[in-house]
Amino acid sequence: MPASLLRAVRRSLEVGAVLLALAGLWELYRWSWTTAGWTWPFAVDSTSMPHVWTILKAFGQPAQVNQPALITILFHKSLFTAKEAVVGFALGAVVGFALGILFAHSRLLQRGVMPYIVASQTIPILAIAPMVVVWVNPKLPGPFQGWGSVAVIAAYLTFFPVTINTLRGLHSADARALELMRTYAASAWTVLWKLRVPASLPYVFSALRLAATASVVGAIIGELPSGLQSGLGGAILNFNQYYSIEPQELWATNIVAALVGILFFSVVVATEKAIVRRAPENVA
Amino acid sequence: MSSDLVVSIAGVTKTFPRGNVTALQDIDLALTHGEFVSLIGPSGCGKSTLLRVIGDLIEPSAGTVTVNGKSARQARIDRDYGIVFQDAVLFDWRTVAKNIALPLEMLGWDRERRKARVEEMLDLVELGSFGEHHPWQLSGGMQQRVSIARALSFEPALLLMDEPFGALDEMTRERLNLELLSIWETLGSTVIFVTHSISEAVFLSTKVVVMSPRPGRIAGTIDVDLPRPRAAETREDPHYFELVTAVRELLRKRGQHLLPEEEPL
Repeated sequence: MPASLLRAVRRSLEVGAVLLALAGLWELYRWSWTTAGWTWPFAVDSTSMPHVWTILKAFGQPAQVNQPALITILFHKSLFTAKEAVVGFALGAVVGFALGILFAHSRLLQRGVMPYIVASQTIPILAIAPMVVVWVNPKLPGPFQGWGSVAVIAAYLTFFPVTINTLRGLHSADARALELMRTYAASAWTVLWKLRVPASLPYVFSALRLAATASVVGAIIGELPSGLQSGLGGAILNFNQYYSIEPQELWATNIVAALVGILFFSVVVATEKAIVRRAPENVA
Repeated sequence: MSSDLVVSIAGVTKTFPRGNVTALQDIDLALTHGEFVSLIGPSGCGKSTLLRVIGDLIEPSAGTVTVNGKSARQARIDRDYGIVFQDAVLFDWRTVAKNIALPLEMLGWDRERRKARVEEMLDLVELGSFGEHHPWQLSGGMQQRVSIARALSFEPALLLMDEPFGALDEMTRERLNLELLSIWETLGSTVIFVTHSISEAVFLSTKVVVMSPRPGRIAGTIDVDLPRPRAAETREDPHYFELVTAVRELLRKRGQHLLPEEEPL
């Protein structure tokens, strides 16, 4: 068996073992609290902590009569949300990176605009989402109607760490290396692409890891005020209302949302591994 | 005669306003084609500053620097010199071959031509099979050889070296000294070599320029008339020791002269 396959198998076994352990801990906690009758920090019952198998079983059953199984519905909804998140992530990454480059080249712009960028991040996403929907949606071409504005909201949550880290990464280029480029009479553009940007990539990628999960959260939250029913946000809102009767459905949805986030994160990590070549000691 | 001048420095002074430091004062120096000149002196004598002035990485406060018959600035823009720093300054994300090709890319060479030249340079610095390695997979001495190959890849008339072997161990340093000499003899370029090692300066150079600190100025120049090609045995030549002593005395005389001013007790 080739070494890479062997590694993959071992890795999956590790992941499986951790998942099993987590499920075991969940059930152990449940069992201890119900047997002892502890109510701190909260009383454990089938509403506050449904059994792991109840949650798993919910995947296979329809949430409502005459509907396909929950897992089928959640699969389609997560595709919808993932679409919003991917576009939002890409938009946020590009805008964030471009802003970082702009700020790195103009101290004036950085000083003048950065405070507003920072301020923009202190506004809760729920407070600006309605405006984004009203402003952006009418301008969007047909296929982007509805979910396009959610992607913009996801981008809003995504670009900030990318800007900050790009800026820092571009400034991380070694002073001697900059001097070397000067001896080649390299233009600012050449210095940017041959030195500053490659030097910034480890920084940019740690921001993209954050951005990957933030874009999924942004897409889910963005769906709430947009009144979109096709994504995970809509499902969460819906299952929220039935939580006291069927908590396992919300739990199942949360698991799917988490899986989407993990998938996004993993794609970024894999891309980073393929692109960024660094001395082993400099790899985060 | 003037066409033979590669570097000519006249009345160069460099003061740094911050702290009111005079790094260089009234430096006059001329280098003809094919010379190997070492700048030596204690730290703070301005030898690296002088190298940077020649390379137009620092502007002098007064005086003129002419490289290849033009201003230092124009010479830099025309890529008339290659530079090697104390650290190899290789780009981690590029392979050894791509690091050597960096200046060639900027000169607009096409892929084929770059590849051929990189092969030549790898052979020249005896790293033939390491082209596809990344810098961090190489030892310090090998990294510095890559740095030298990069500096020479576009055949500059002038090679500026700022303590290139200062961070290496003695054995590696002596081996690289020999390699550098054979490269220099092959290519026939002009070298300005900053060092704080007397033996290295004497062993390598055609001329040793001794500098003294505060303010940085030239204390004296010693012509090194040791036979060539120089080899490991050169270091055992009695004349080699005479020259080493001469450089050391020049350094010490200047040092004594400066001590009272420097450290008022």
